[in-house]
Amino acid sequence: MAQTTLKTSDKRITGKHHFAEEWVGRIYTTLCVLFLVTTIVAMVYFVASRGLTTFFKDHVNPLELLTGLKWSPEGEPPMFGALPFIFGSFSTSMLAALIAAPLSFCAAVFMIEIMPKFGRKYLQPVIELLAGIPSVVYGFIGLSVIVPFFRDVFPGQGVGIAAGALVLSIMILPTMTTVATDALAALPSGLKEGSYALGATRWQTIYRVVLPTTLPSLMTGVVLGIARAFGEALAVQMVIGNAPFIPKSLFESAQTLTSAITLSMGNTVTGSAHNNALWSLALILMLMTFVFVFIVRWLEGRSKL
Amino acid sequence: MRAKTVDKIATGVIIGVAAFIVLLLAGLLGFILVRGLGHLSFDFLTSPPDSFREGGGIGPQLFNSLFLLVLTMIITIPLGIGAGIYMSEYAKANKLTDFIRLVVEVLSSFPSIVVGLFGLLMLVNYFGLGFSLMAGALALTVFNLPLMVRITEQGLKSVPREQKEAALALGLTKWKTISSIMLPIALPIILSGTILAAGRVFGEAAALLFTAGMSSPRLDFSEWNPLNPVSPLNPFRPAETLAVHIWKINSEGLAPDAPEIAAGASAVLVITVLLFNLLARWLGRFMHRKFTATK
Amino acid sequence: MKKAVMLVMAIVLTFTLAACGNNANNSGGNASTPPASNNSGGATTEPSTEPSEEPKLEGSLLATGSSALQPLVDQASKMFMEKNSGVTIQVQGGGSGTGLTQVSEGQADIGNSDVFAEEKLDADKAAELVDHQVAVVAMAAVVHPDVKVDNFTKQQLVDIFTGKITNWKDLGGDDQAIVIVNRPASSGTRATFEKYALGQKSEDLQGSIQEDSSGTVKKIVGETPGAIGYLALSYLDDSIKTVSYEGVAATEENVVNGTYPVWAYGHMYTKGEPNEVAKAFLDYMLSPEVQEGPIVELGYIPASKMQITRDVDGNVTKK
Repeated sequence: MAQTTLKTSDKRITGKHHFAEEWVGRIYTTLCVLFLVTTIVAMVYFVASRGLTTFFKDHVNPLELLTGLKWSPEGEPPMFGALPFIFGSFSTSMLAALIAAPLSFCAAVFMIEIMPKFGRKYLQPVIELLAGIPSVVYGFIGLSVIVPFFRDVFPGQGVGIAAGALVLSIMILPTMTTVATDALAALPSGLKEGSYALGATRWQTIYRVVLPTTLPSLMTGVVLGIARAFGEALAVQMVIGNAPFIPKSLFESAQTLTSAITLSMGNTVTGSAHNNALWSLALILMLMTFVFVFIVRWLEGRSKL
Repeated sequence: MRAKTVDKIATGVIIGVAAFIVLLLAGLLGFILVRGLGHLSFDFLTSPPDSFREGGGIGPQLFNSLFLLVLTMIITIPLGIGAGIYMSEYAKANKLTDFIRLVVEVLSSFPSIVVGLFGLLMLVNYFGLGFSLMAGALALTVFNLPLMVRITEQGLKSVPREQKEAALALGLTKWKTISSIMLPIALPIILSGTILAAGRVFGEAAALLFTAGMSSPRLDFSEWNPLNPVSPLNPFRPAETLAVHIWKINSEGLAPDAPEIAAGASAVLVITVLLFNLLARWLGRFMHRKFTATK
Repeated sequence: MKKAVMLVMAIVLTFTLAACGNNANNSGGNASTPPASNNSGGATTEPSTEPSEEPKLEGSLLATGSSALQPLVDQASKMFMEKNSGVTIQVQGGGSGTGLTQVSEGQADIGNSDVFAEEKLDADKAAELVDHQVAVVAMAAVVHPDVKVDNFTKQQLVDIFTGKITNWKDLGGDDQAIVIVNRPASSGTRATFEKYALGQKSEDLQGSIQEDSSGTVKKIVGETPGAIGYLALSYLDDSIKTVSYEGVAATEENVVNGTYPVWAYGHMYTKGEPNEVAKAFLDYMLSPEVQEGPIVELGYIPASKMQITRDVDGNVTKK
């Protein structure tokens, strides 16, 4: 009798204890997620409120900002045409992805299909290391090695979209390779074995079976790479030349959204039209991030089918 | 026959590309190290920088980088793991969860310069933190949080379902199951991921230009009270990190040996990141062996 | 859970230990107060501008702004803090615009700028700020070492920077395209160069390079054949060639006597009259110790030496 009462009370205590413990965990993790969501909402709000001032207070036509060709915010009258920057950002990041995509695909095939052991042991750490080198150092190497090389070999001053894209392509290689490797590794082995069983060579299998089935995942990697390249600032600024024009060649000075921001943000006074316009550029960058994320999700949705 | 030739050529090309990537990295590392190593000395690593005379070091910058890393991690790890647990264990499959997942993805691909500017507006000016380590750490948290969330999710997913179900069947609460059964198993993955993320913090400059500031005040390394303004441990003092220092002396350095200092500092930075990577691999393997009893 | 608790405990422990360490330090500090006051007594016997009976200064200052002035203010603040142990001065870069914004909004005590506040801020905001001109920064046109031109007239520079002349052969040099290395339109250095060397605003040109930092400008001009840019005198060395302006060489002497016009003041702005600590520091900036010390060493020109003054509209008066 005494024993049973003890047991029930014991059970009640542990029950309560369990209950409290469970709720501590639940509340803690929920708070963490809330913090995460608050941060991003605050960020979107602040950048948007700043970026939109250009249109409301300085009465710049949004269409002018997006399609105008002339950027001279200190001129008389000030002009806020950011198309050269948008063009610069897109062309450098696309070109960078174009260079990095075949490289990353080959690296992934090497690691998964050709020499899995060697690849996992040496190539993967090497690629991860590329991700760890700070962007400032990349920019400096770009300025010391790539720009002089282009200057000697091609007409022009060496700076420009080509130099920017080349620096960026090395920087986004790790992201793209990681995604491509994951995609290839996730491929059901039956698919490949079936192809081999039919007498196909390795290349035929890769080209006809592996590539088509993993294409959406590979594209995800490409888009993520472009997104990363789009947001990179310091390294690009050092090698691109920073002239606010759409360049006539790949080796002519150009400018991106990020480099326009870093170049002038510190020199302008908060609340001035120029400063507000820079925030509008930041807003465009942020909106582009959303676009990239949506493209990635759409691609991921397709690869599941 | 022709198909076989094509196969051989393709294989050759792929191996060639892989070799090219390795060579590229070797070249990059070689370039940085060859130019920088000559300048490294104990004195260089410990003495304060000099704005215009020869012989300045990177002592405070190195300390700032490490301290900022610690601060960032103290903030990021509990938050990131918490959010990661929520996403992988508690979140229901509905629109809200989808939205949060979207938010995390957006946050992770945010341009660092935008994060820096946000830090300048919110943390430095609005919350009045000023250019400080704290503002820098919070800005870096914004970067690292999505990474931590993803790593934690991955780690928890790798836990065998049987182990989780066994714990639940024994009557443990969900939280207890997560904290005492699943987290320890997921720890190797979380840990090595965290260290890799830490390496990235170490090299970040764009976001810190606007938050942690570009100068280091006078530091008194015998003063360890975190509230004293000259104490190196004070989280509310401005701090220039190594990556920012490289940026600064590349752009406005007046010292006659500025290029050498930049090269030396770059080498230190790269070596540190290298060490982080090696540590992550070693620790991951070590813990994996310890927890799973595989040879 | 246990681990979280451990972590918290570890942090608490660290802080407690740090606090203990501080207590120990404090008592040590108290014990050594007499020698410390001796020290300051020693300082006052030196030929110093400060009156000997001045009470010990206490407080902290934040100076932000122009990255061109940062090394100077940084160095001077270190020297100042050595003399006044109760004062902490933080010096931040961020650009002239940041400095003016922060001092105007009260986030910083001193805003460093290489342009007049009137040129950046609204008139009413600029009127609240008090100008302290501590140094003079002179700029020179620089070209790649192989360019065979030794002198520019004003008109030649205008023609180059507005894109009318695009080849060095039109200026008596080799047949080589001119590569312009400019500063961004928001830059104070560019504003000074345009105002006093070109006498007019210039547009950004297609194909020109723009860099904000003197180090990068120097590197690009030194490496790119046919390049032209402009730099503060403190950055000049053998990797680039300095060109005279209207027959006058860019030397300190010519700036001081008013014959070389391309220069700007280094301003340190305060909002209203400076407080006691800020005033002491600004006075120290103008004292011979700084004016003849770090200012000269860093390649600036002492404001005290100037034989002329110039106002915001560029009107020059003899001192």
